[in-house]
Amino acid sequence: MIQDTPTLPVFRAEGVTRVYQTGAVKVWALRGVDLSLTEGEMVVLLGASGSGKSTLVNILGGLDLPSGGRVFFRDTELSQATDRQLTAFRRDHVGFVFQFYNLVPSLSARENVALVTEIARDPMPPEEALERVGLAHRMDHFPAEMSGGEQQRVAIARAIAKRPDVLLCDEPTGALDSKTGIQVLDALYEVNRDLGTATVLITHNASIQRIAHRVVVLADGKVVRDDPNTDRVLPAQVSW
Amino acid sequence: MRALDRKMLRDLRKIWAQVLAIALVLGCGVMVLVGAQATQATLIQTQAAYYERHRFADVFAGATRAPSDVVAAAALIPGVAQAEGRISFQAVLDIEGMAEPASGRILSLPAAGPALNLPLLRHGRLPDPDRADEVALSEPFAEIHGLTPGSRLRGVLNGQMRDLTVTGWVLSPEFIYTMPPGAMMPDDRRYGLLWMNAAAAAAAMDMSGAVNDIALRLTRDADERAVIAALDQLLDPYGGTGAYGRARQVSHAFLDGELQQLGAMAAFMPPIFLIVAAFLVNMVLGRLIALERTQIGLLKALGYGRAEIAGHYLKLALLIGVIGVVVGWGFGWWIADAMIGLYGDFFRFPFIIRDWGTHALVVSAVLGLATAVLGGLRAVWSSLKLPPAEAMQPPAPPSFARGAADRVLGALHLRQTTMMIFRSILRWPGRAAITLFGVSASVGVLVMSYFIFDAVEQLGDSVFQQANRQQVTLMLAQAQPDAAVQDALTLPGVLRAEGAFAMPVRGVNGHLSRLTAVQGHFPDAQLSRLVDDAGRVVTPGPHGVVLPEMLAHALDIRAGDTLRLEMLAAPRSVLHLPVTEVIRQGMGQEAHISAAALFAAMDIAPQVNMIHLAVQSDRMADLNAAIKETPAVAGLSDWAEVRRQFDATLSENLLTMVGIYTVIGVLIAIGVVYNAARIQLSERSYELASLRVLGFSRAEVGYVLVGEMMLLTLLAIPLGWGLGYFLAMGLVGAMSTDMFQIPFHITRRTFALAALAVFVAATGSVLMVRRRLDKVNLATALKARD
Repeated sequence: MIQDTPTLPVFRAEGVTRVYQTGAVKVWALRGVDLSLTEGEMVVLLGASGSGKSTLVNILGGLDLPSGGRVFFRDTELSQATDRQLTAFRRDHVGFVFQFYNLVPSLSARENVALVTEIARDPMPPEEALERVGLAHRMDHFPAEMSGGEQQRVAIARAIAKRPDVLLCDEPTGALDSKTGIQVLDALYEVNRDLGTATVLITHNASIQRIAHRVVVLADGKVVRDDPNTDRVLPAQVSW
Repeated sequence: MRALDRKMLRDLRKIWAQVLAIALVLGCGVMVLVGAQATQATLIQTQAAYYERHRFADVFAGATRAPSDVVAAAALIPGVAQAEGRISFQAVLDIEGMAEPASGRILSLPAAGPALNLPLLRHGRLPDPDRADEVALSEPFAEIHGLTPGSRLRGVLNGQMRDLTVTGWVLSPEFIYTMPPGAMMPDDRRYGLLWMNAAAAAAAMDMSGAVNDIALRLTRDADERAVIAALDQLLDPYGGTGAYGRARQVSHAFLDGELQQLGAMAAFMPPIFLIVAAFLVNMVLGRLIALERTQIGLLKALGYGRAEIAGHYLKLALLIGVIGVVVGWGFGWWIADAMIGLYGDFFRFPFIIRDWGTHALVVSAVLGLATAVLGGLRAVWSSLKLPPAEAMQPPAPPSFARGAADRVLGALHLRQTTMMIFRSILRWPGRAAITLFGVSASVGVLVMSYFIFDAVEQLGDSVFQQANRQQVTLMLAQAQPDAAVQDALTLPGVLRAEGAFAMPVRGVNGHLSRLTAVQGHFPDAQLSRLVDDAGRVVTPGPHGVVLPEMLAHALDIRAGDTLRLEMLAAPRSVLHLPVTEVIRQGMGQEAHISAAALFAAMDIAPQVNMIHLAVQSDRMADLNAAIKETPAVAGLSDWAEVRRQFDATLSENLLTMVGIYTVIGVLIAIGVVYNAARIQLSERSYELASLRVLGFSRAEVGYVLVGEMMLLTLLAIPLGWGLGYFLAMGLVGAMSTDMFQIPFHITRRTFALAALAVFVAATGSVLMVRRRLDKVNLATALKARD
């Protein structure tokens, strides 16, 4: 993606609500969220457990539909999309990174990335994606043969290999120690800088907000803070 | 109820569909066992009671004409409890409303009432000893023709047309299965039995003071072989045609054959189902335990012992077994009822003594429960080995490593989703093998059951298309010079006539002997030919005899050996002839020789006692009418009618049986594929959900699940064909009786049908599971780790 118009909105959420009904109990995960995300931007989403971070990201990524409000990806309204449209949207525009990597154990690192490049419209070669995350030497290893940090970097390579418009990362360092966590953040930082991919990064870890362009804080299903980060640092300068 | 037991019941409810699938497979095994054994036991008891109450004889013999006092002499043979003589002969019958002639066997009723083979009066009364024209008819024959007491029919008795009056309907333990002479199937329309009082029969046949049919009842400790030898000796001067025991009595032998086949079914089929069910229990329980590993860890941490945990899961296995056994019992009883009904009607048992198959119930319950528990053992064992701390952690990702197979797969440049299918099979070869085995077992069962159609078709083709191409065979009352064949050409509609000569003989080789017939074959016969199972026309050479395999086997004789043939009709020659060839012939019982060689050896002029006719199809009515007026003809076979009977009898019985086997075969396929797919889905839902998140469509993700199952199904099909081949071979062995052997030849159609049925069942099952994939909530599937 070319980052020539840095202020163009990629996502726009207007008054988004999400209610889960479990038995007789209604749980309000989101209670009216307004948010927009511009191209090339790296946003850190902070909040306590149950504040609605994951729900919001799932809705932005087309994994879930809002109960109310509207969500747009560029000019397309996701909140009205069919399952087929959401599948196509995920396939063409979104890269996901999860806390537990979600690699296919029966495929090697290269094959896990190829899984995506085979169905993407304009992918980079799997080797290039793995090189970007510093795993050129581990391409033929299977998930069970890699450390957690390595597995997460394979997941990032898999997410960026399709050259997505947006990268959605849900606690990508949650299962990692700080040293490997920083390696993973490095990879995300470089992808954002070099490819200009808009990135949303969910975390519990407040230290990580220092690498973002912008920090959004959620509490009880609402945005309670949305501030630019004027004092941006490299992941290597972060510690926890 | 203990908390653990409550958990077990809830576990069971959670996996109810899988439990049902296993229970149905297990139930099929139990059902076949209970159904076949209960039917067999009931028929055996009924048969025994029927024989006992109606004093079915133990030894039978025929003669040309023996003075009545041989009966008293026969009663003195050591081991004989009771002897009875009667007159018995074939007659052509003319029944109103029936174009073609029927035939029947007339049996005399002693004036004092029969002492053996008591007829059971079903309707009306027995003939009056003072009335010469009265007959009682066998019930099936009378029923078909509506010949109620008082009705009349005409019969050619000893060359004279006689009017007969029906007095009643009768059943007899001697004719449970009534075969017209020379036929292969019962034919109640064209063949009946007629009981007539002794004086009338003797007068009609010119047999006063003589008998030609003797029956003996033996004492409990009698030596049947010795009695038969003594009776043969006694009747030899009177044209004895050879005594035989129940084993060679047509009705008894066929009934016994049926019972033997039921026994074979009960022994042959259930093990297949039980083995498949054991594997399924293993698969499902293994998965359940894998899913519950953290709970097992917790239970251990809470202080539950290994025995309690093992007991908990074994109880679950046992419960699956109980469900299977109960389902199987229910269906087994139902099937037994249906089969007993079918057999009861077919054999016309006057009563049924129901045996509930208690023995089968116990055996099937033990086998069924043992199957479930054995299947569960390995899975339960794996749960015990886990230390609690480790059990409470989520399992490590399954390790894949590069092997030789990967180099091959890599070289194929497959899509990654296809690669996932292959890797999954390679990573869990044991599980793939169970699926493979289960599906191939279902293909095998179907091949075996559809093969029965092939066998019948081949039998029909060989008997009707190859061997017997005549429309009509005339049985002559007495042997005639071969000029009689020329006379037959003058009958209406006859296009071609060929003579044939057959004679009852006793084949003897050392201490082994067998009552049979020898067929003399005339050169250039076009209508009735000797054909082996491969469809080859066999022409007996100028010297020696050709024997079918079963006869050669019974006499333990091979080509090149010399066979002693004792003619059982005048001039009662004894011949010693070399066996020139032994041929495969499923239904063959008789010895074959060239007519010229036979007449030369017997030193008699050429003669015929059967004439085969090719007839213009539109002149059959004229021919039938003419034959009714021809006293020289003692009976006839209309081969189109024989074929119709053959098809009707077999298709009715076979369709039911094949229908049941198809359901069973398909149930195995469903049980195996459904369970395997559910387990795949459960183990890989996380992985498959990830694919959806990555943007794969439902169809593409479904491909990974469906693809693996269908690949295994496709691989299982050729294996199943092989298995089916051996099952069919085993079935041929188990079902073959002394009287007949099923030809072993499986058509491509059978293989294709079996494959198709299983493919459709497997596709349906896996698609049912695939639908569950649509219900997986992507967001939660990714968060929740097993």
